[in-house]
Amino acid sequence: MRKVWIRGGKSVLFLLFLFILWEALVRITETPMWLLPAPSDVIKEAVIGFDTFSVHILSTVYLAILGLVIGCSVGLLIAIILYRLPKVNELLYPLLILSQNIPTIVLAPLLIIWFGFGMMPKLMIISLVCFFPIVVASMDGFRQTAPELKHYMQMVGASRNQIFWKLEFPHSLPSIFSGLKIAATYSVMGAVISEWLGAKKGVGVYMTLAQSSFRIDRVFVAIFFVMLLSIVLFGMIRAIEKVVVKGRNEGA
Amino acid sequence: MLLNIKELNKTFGDLHVLKDINLSVGKNEFVAILGPSGSGKSTLFQLIGGNQTPNQGEILLNGESINGKTGFISYMPQQSSLFPWRTVLENVVLAAELNGKPDYEEAKLWLEKVGLAEFANSYPIELSGGMKQRVSFIRALLSKQNLLCLDEPFSALDEFTRLKMQKWLLSVWEENRKSILFITHSIEEALFLADRIYILSKRPAQVKAEIKVPFSRPRDESLLETNEFFLLKQQIFQFIREELSE
Ligand SMILES: Nc1ncnc2c1ncn2[C@@H]1O[C@H](COP(=O)(O)OP(=O)(O)OP(=O)(O)O)[C@@H](O)[C@H]1O
Ligand SMILES: [Mg+2]
Repeated sequence: MRKVWIRGGKSVLFLLFLFILWEALVRITETPMWLLPAPSDVIKEAVIGFDTFSVHILSTVYLAILGLVIGCSVGLLIAIILYRLPKVNELLYPLLILSQNIPTIVLAPLLIIWFGFGMMPKLMIISLVCFFPIVVASMDGFRQTAPELKHYMQMVGASRNQIFWKLEFPHSLPSIFSGLKIAATYSVMGAVISEWLGAKKGVGVYMTLAQSSFRIDRVFVAIFFVMLLSIVLFGMIRAIEKVVVKGRNEGA
Repeated sequence: MLLNIKELNKTFGDLHVLKDINLSVGKNEFVAILGPSGSGKSTLFQLIGGNQTPNQGEILLNGESINGKTGFISYMPQQSSLFPWRTVLENVVLAAELNGKPDYEEAKLWLEKVGLAEFANSYPIELSGGMKQRVSFIRALLSKQNLLCLDEPFSALDEFTRLKMQKWLLSVWEENRKSILFITHSIEEALFLADRIYILSKRPAQVKAEIKVPFSRPRDESLLETNEFFLLKQQIFQFIREELSE
C-alpha cells in the first residue's frame, strides 16, 4: 500500500512539474490567451465561472454514471448468457465484435434521429461504449477458471449451475473489475460525445459553446474536468474492488 | 461391502488405461492403492466419481450401480484446491453446501479439533501447505457421503510435514471412521495408514496383488521401525521391482 502512495506521489510531482513548465513557456513566449492559456488562467476561469459550469457538471456526472451502470449491467448479463450458452455465443460473438467497429460518432446522429434529444439516445451511446470491455473481460475471466478447482467441483458432483455461481463467477471478479475500470473511463468520453451531438446541458455543450466563442481557457476547464471525473470513477471502482475481491494476491 | 468394483475397463482412444480392475472397500475400512505414476490411479477415481464412464464393468456403491453418476463420494485432491476468496470456514463447508444447508457449528467444531479454530476467518493464502491439506480434508469429511477418496493428498508436502499429516490423518480417522480409498506412490505411507493395499501394475493397470496389513490400531510412528513393517515393505517392493524390470 505504501508503495502505491510513493508511486502516486511521484507521478503527481511530475505532473506538477509539467504544469510549471507549461506556465513558464506560455509566459516566456507570450502566447496569446486565445491560442493557449496558461494553467493559471485555466484555474482562474474554473473558479470564476464555477456557477455557470456546475450545472453542466452535474448533468454530465449523472449521465456518465447512469450510462456506466446500465452498460455494465447489460455487458455482464450478455457475458453470462454467452458463456453459459455456447450455441448463442457462436452466433452472437462475431456480431458483438462487429458492433464495436461502428464509430460512435456515426452512430450517434442516427440514434438521435430515432429517439430524439432526450436521455434515451445518450444513455444508449454510453452503454454501447461501456458494455464491450465488460463482456470481453468477464468472458475471459470465466474461461480462465483454475482447472484444478473446476476438476474438484466436478468430482464432488457439483451441477453446472453450482460450478458457475460458486466457482467461475467469483473466480472471475478481478477480471471483471479490470473491465469495469476501462468502461468507467469510456463512460465519461461517451457522455461528452453524446452531449456534443445535441443537448441543452452538460460538459459537452459547455465545450462546444466555449470553442465557438474562442474561449480556449474554458475548453481547457472542460478537458481538466473530464480527466478528473475519469480518475474519480476509476478510484471509486478500485475502492469497491478492494472490498469485494478477497484472498487474492495483493496488487495482482 | 460399501464399494465394489467389477471387471472395470477404461480406454482413452487407443490408450488402454485400466484393465479388468476388481476391488472393494468395506465399511469403516481404510484401503490404499499403490501404483506407478501414469498407471491410471486418478482415472480410477474419475470413474468412481462419475466424471468418466467406464468402457466395461460395474461400480457398485451399497450394491447399486453408480457408473457415470456424480455426487456419491467425498473427494480430496492432490493440490488442496481451496477457493482463495472463501475463508477457511467457508471453504470447509463447500462440499456440504452442494447438497443443502451446511452445518456451520459442526464445521467450527472440527476446525477446533484440528487446531485451526483461530484461522476460521483467514483466507487460504495465509495458510501453510500442511494447514491447507488439513482444511481440504475437513472439507471432505463434512460432506455426507460415506466413501472418502483421497488422491495422493500428501505427495506435495515435504518429508517432515508428511509424517505429521499421516499421524494427524490417523488420529482424525480414529474418531470418524468413514471408509477411505487412498491413492499413493509411497509404500511406507500405504503400510502405515491402510488396512488393505492394492498394488497396480503399470499401464494398462491391473490389480497385481492385494495385501492385508496386519498391524493393530491405533498406530504410531514406532511402527515404522519394527521388523514386521520392514518385511512387509520388502515384500511389496518385490512386486514393484517386477514392474520395473518388465
Ligand atoms: N481425459 C483423458 N483423456 C485422455 N487421456 C487421459 C485422460 N485422463 C488421463 N489420461 C491418460 O491416462 C493415463 C493415466 O493417467 P492418470 O492420471 O490416471 O495416472 P495416475 O496413475 O493418476 O498418475 P500419477 O501418479 O502421476 O498421478 C495417462 O497416460 C493419461 O495421459
Ligand atoms: Mg494421479
